[in-house]
Amino acid sequence: MARLIRLDGSGHTTLAEWTAADDAAFEAAVDEFREQQGLGYIGTVPEGPGKATHVRELPREADLVIMRRPIAGG
Amino acid sequence: MSEHVLPELAAVPWRKPTDERWLRRYGRIWHAWTFAYSVPFVLAGGVMIYLEPLALPVALAAFAHAWIIPELYAFRGASVVRRKGPRNERSEPVAQGLLGDLLGHEERDLQRRTGLALEPGRLGTWLVGEAGAVLVVSGGRRAHCFCVRATDPELPPSDRVAHLLLALRVDEEGFATVANHVFAGAPWRVRRRMPAEMRPALHAARSAARR
Repeated sequence: MARLIRLDGSGHTTLAEWTAADDAAFEAAVDEFREQQGLGYIGTVPEGPGKATHVRELPREADLVIMRRPIAGG
Repeated sequence: MSEHVLPELAAVPWRKPTDERWLRRYGRIWHAWTFAYSVPFVLAGGVMIYLEPLALPVALAAFAHAWIIPELYAFRGASVVRRKGPRNERSEPVAQGLLGDLLGHEERDLQRRTGLALEPGRLGTWLVGEAGAVLVVSGGRRAHCFCVRATDPELPPSDRVAHLLLALRVDEEGFATVANHVFAGAPWRVRRRMPAEMRPALHAARSAARR
């Protein structure tokens, strides 16, 4: 089961879960993803050691999509 | 639609990309700068003793300046990886679990002991902390310290590390470009000013950078 999670003050929050075969669950996850983008979160897909990808749309095939806040120079 | 460019770069369009060439150049500038502000104090102290041995106390003050100023810069560099901000003890175990999932076995163990996540990259080996990162460039002879943080102040410490780690993995040069460069110098200078529990992480990063 794929998960959409958000890094937040609680550690992380699971926002949506879906499977490749479940269109309704995926659509709900897409809506959630867009809502989080609207709040300023950035979608990132970890791709194993040392690699991650920034995503602008929720990839159906991803196992885990992490919504994070932007970073800035301190 | 996916990409390997950090979206945060849009916030700093005036910055030149922090690539290998930029780091080499900045490393040399910092090296020259360190000499420029310490050598004159040493020379002045030596000349004073030569001209008038009774000026020894003043000469010692000049020598102290030559030692203290580089130490202050190194302290500033090492400070980027110090623990900062609220500890959020209730949510930290959850955040620690997720960060652990992002790291390999050895890196996870090192992060739990030292608070720093070791991440090999193309520019060198990174140590990612809660509000900054240290890059030990290939060969392990120079460290660059960067001040960079997640913009949500409520995050537990491990989530702050995870934010930086994910951004670094998306775009290493972009990460270094967005971050503020605060120090470059020999890793031993940074090590001396690091909290003792973090020093094994710098040792591991130097070892990895030498391979």
